[in-house]
Amino acid sequence: MSTATDTTTSGHTYTPKDGVLLEVDDLFVEFHTRDGVATAINGVSFELRQGESLAILGESGSGKSVTAQAIMGILDMPPAVIPQGHIRYCGEDLLTMPEEQRRKTRGPEISMIFQDALSSLNPVFPVGWQIAEMFRVHRGMNKSDALEQAVRLMERVQIPAARDRVKAYPHQFSGGMRQRIMIAMAIALDPAVLIADEPTTALDVTVQAQIMALLEELQEERQMGLILITHDLGVVADVADRIAVMYSGRLVEKAEVLDLYASPGHPYTRGLLESIPRLDQKGQTLAAIGGLPPNLMNIPPGCPFNPRCRMAQDICRTDRPALREVAPGRLSACHFAEEVIDA
Amino acid sequence: MPEVVLSANNLVKHYPIKKGVLRRTVGHVKAVDGVSFDLHKGETLGIVGESGCGKSTLGRLLMRLEEPTAGTVQFEGQDWSGASARETRRLRRNIQIVFQDPYTSLNPRMTVGDIIGEPLEIHPDVVPKGGRRQRVQELLDLVGLNPEHINRYPHQFSGGQRQRIGIARGIALNPKVLICDEPVSALDVSVQAQVVNLMEKLQDELGLAYVFIAHDLSVVRHISDRVGVMYLGRMAELGEEDEVYSRPTHPYTQALLSAVPVPDPTLRGKREQIVLVGDVPSPANPPSGCRFHTRCWKAQDVCSQEEPQLEMRQDGAGGHLSACHFAEPRLVVETVDVSDLVPDERFVSSSTDDLDDVGSGLGHDDSLAPDDRSTVERSSVSDPQAPADTSRVVQDTDDQQR
Amino acid sequence: MTEAAVSEAPTSTPEGGDSAPARSLASDAWRTMRSNPLFWVSSVLIVIFTLMAIFPSLFTSTNPTEAILRDARVRPNADAWFGRDIQGYDIYARCIYGARASILVGLLTTVFTTLVGGIVGVFAGYVGGWTDTILSRLGDVFFAIPLLLGAVIVLVTLPATDNYFYIVLKVVLALVVLGWPSMARLMRSSVIQVKPNDYVQAARALGASPWRVVRSHIVPNALAPMIVVATINLGAYISAEATLSYLGIGLQPPTVSWGVDISAAVVGMRTTPHMLFFPSLFLSLTVLAFIMLGDVVRDALDPKNR
Repeated sequence: MSTATDTTTSGHTYTPKDGVLLEVDDLFVEFHTRDGVATAINGVSFELRQGESLAILGESGSGKSVTAQAIMGILDMPPAVIPQGHIRYCGEDLLTMPEEQRRKTRGPEISMIFQDALSSLNPVFPVGWQIAEMFRVHRGMNKSDALEQAVRLMERVQIPAARDRVKAYPHQFSGGMRQRIMIAMAIALDPAVLIADEPTTALDVTVQAQIMALLEELQEERQMGLILITHDLGVVADVADRIAVMYSGRLVEKAEVLDLYASPGHPYTRGLLESIPRLDQKGQTLAAIGGLPPNLMNIPPGCPFNPRCRMAQDICRTDRPALREVAPGRLSACHFAEEVIDA
Repeated sequence: MPEVVLSANNLVKHYPIKKGVLRRTVGHVKAVDGVSFDLHKGETLGIVGESGCGKSTLGRLLMRLEEPTAGTVQFEGQDWSGASARETRRLRRNIQIVFQDPYTSLNPRMTVGDIIGEPLEIHPDVVPKGGRRQRVQELLDLVGLNPEHINRYPHQFSGGQRQRIGIARGIALNPKVLICDEPVSALDVSVQAQVVNLMEKLQDELGLAYVFIAHDLSVVRHISDRVGVMYLGRMAELGEEDEVYSRPTHPYTQALLSAVPVPDPTLRGKREQIVLVGDVPSPANPPSGCRFHTRCWKAQDVCSQEEPQLEMRQDGAGGHLSACHFAEPRLVVETVDVSDLVPDERFVSSSTDDLDDVGSGLGHDDSLAPDDRSTVERSSVSDPQAPADTSRVVQDTDDQQR
Repeated sequence: MTEAAVSEAPTSTPEGGDSAPARSLASDAWRTMRSNPLFWVSSVLIVIFTLMAIFPSLFTSTNPTEAILRDARVRPNADAWFGRDIQGYDIYARCIYGARASILVGLLTTVFTTLVGGIVGVFAGYVGGWTDTILSRLGDVFFAIPLLLGAVIVLVTLPATDNYFYIVLKVVLALVVLGWPSMARLMRSSVIQVKPNDYVQAARALGASPWRVVRSHIVPNALAPMIVVATINLGAYISAEATLSYLGIGLQPPTVSWGVDISAAVVGMRTTPHMLFFPSLFLSLTVLAFIMLGDVVRDALDPKNR
């Protein structure tokens, strides 16, 4: 594919060590608000390897989007504070990096796709111009070369009649097409890590399928590390290699996708899987976990899931379970993980 | 078959597009363009479709929040459009609506008691004045909320609880039909199931008929007896839940079903996916003939010339309504019958009561906690200085506040 | 710190009981305002000025229209704290008595512009269509008239009189005629924002009458911006009154008002600045107090802060 080779000319400033692209290590993020301190991320660690798809699964308030924003360095600080932790990209800590240097990683090294493509694109500029801007700023290309590259990228993300539509404005595109333009912008500088934050939540199912297929294809082609942030267990099952489940700012389970769906290792994951209605089942009895995630300003002691957990024992209310290896390649933060897996 | 409570006859809603200083009408958005169906007593009719297919407009037409451009809505055989003001009020008691967004569907300046009590005030003959507060508390209890929370304001509740309040308002007048416009789409997965179960319970207890409008095909399959699939303002296919999901005959339904991700990684790459080309055309300028022909892999010349009627067509095991010239069944989703399976009560509960308070620290949680659990909890609360506990707690909070 | 955490942590486990009492948005707003020192500063000032307006004799026993000509233009001293003006009136007493005209004009103008503008705005926003077009264009016509020109026309057209309240009402009328369109615009736009909300649709679906929908759903939710702007405008109307009086077309002597006094003092701005300083100070403090209160109210009512 010519586009890919053309856009990789500058190469990367950083090289991964042992295939590990990104390493998040014991990360904490707090929000200092008028009403108190909310701990949005509470000691999260994971790594992302080249060519791997890692899904971060969680419900609203679990901290999945904040994790993405912390990695991208686009959290509003204040109110956000990162009191502790490291985010290493190819061994370099992004959090201690000078802002100027860090800014240069956004785009060529790590880039991101957002849920709402309409509000992420500038309404007053043509889309081609917006994509071309990436090349002009980061690659120093002249206007016509940059525009030519933009057309190729738009073709790559399968926008029909790209050459004619390069001068069109965001509102002239449908939701799915806008998301493709967002993807084009995100991969323009050939990043090593692509973070997709609920990329298809706002889209219709038929379009969702197209976009996920495109993302998979691009990842394969460019060997990107993909972090897919979502609440949709269906999308995860289709795309991810590994899954990290977040609950109230913590990782509660990490596993290969097949293992996790076959036998979840945390009661929360198990509950989630049991509570979704499935297209391929009839006569299903629906059941729910019940309850809500805790208020992040007042996380209960012990396991944060204990008030909703129907298996909870005394120890769950006092001891915070560490994320530990419960089976080869499987981590769970539950005192009774082995029982849950066997259940 | 039970009697028909609500029927839509060739409903049409066109919105004029106005341009220029003189606001001249230059065209029409054909949001709903000839939709007919019957809703039977106590059944759930699911309406699915993608954004822009007109399903929400259809809901508003049924509710008469909008006047149809053409066609009629009949309640128990009585034409709603010709009804007098007095009759309209009576009809409104029988058809109610539940909205999608639990954050904009409740007036933030009113207490829950006032919100649920409003229908009783507007229709004072349903419950005498003295009994209204009690009726509101009954309703709160019915939807699984704590009746003592009658004086709270909406912002003191979670999304799932607010949706329950919206449902309580909807059923306050004992309607026969409840129109549910995406009632669970705004809720988190773990809360959705509770609300769906609640709606099923209310249906059984009150004999309600639902028109359940949603874009989530899985939820619709779960709750519906019959399902209608809409595309660009028209009904593409309409039939029993099993007919539409197991033996879809319209290509659009087939594509739609094949695109829904199934939470089972073992099926990855094994499910056949029908990828549609292009986007949904604009409803202001729908294609001629069959509206789906521009994206259909089966399209022939006849499809662009002649509009296929929604009529009985063979689906391999009988027939159901489909609007395709070349309707033929195709197995898209391998369906497993799991009627015998019961959810593992160690992880989830199929109760319909509100469990939102659990863990969030909002209020009561004694409703469903297993007995042993609440006693354990009580003991740990009554003895906060237990030494073993304390050290742990200190450690934990220390960690959090670093 | 650890000790506090220890004693708090166990109680934070969820237990039964109704921990959160019912709290309305208004009571939330009140809680926010209470903790804001600016709220207390502005409220105390407003209370003082209001007392001045109602019971001027509480603050001074001197008659503001008692001229002691031999002491004219005397500087502040023990006998006359703020000095005396060109007529030999006691400036302190005049500042106190002048509050009444200013506050009356401010308050009445605010009440009437809010009522007229609010009703027109609700009507235009809720009914829409031609009604909206006609009302909005009508508002634009008044909006386009410059304040001073409009006020001159209104005040000159009305018959002259000596009655205190009648004079005040004339000024109020002039300000209302020119001030209602901005309130109407504001109300119209917030009604248009509130109208498509699902709770309004739900009330319509229940068969609520338009009057009921407007009264219990639209107005309570559309009112917040009006309250804020009205509070801020109150200050602005007071200064508008002073401007009109200064120009000689508002209140006239013998009516006592800050604007009248400022007007009279300008002649001797260099030689006797105290004559100008004190009425101006009172005027500025009053205007400032209302604008500050408006700011505090806006912060408290803004749902984004919650």
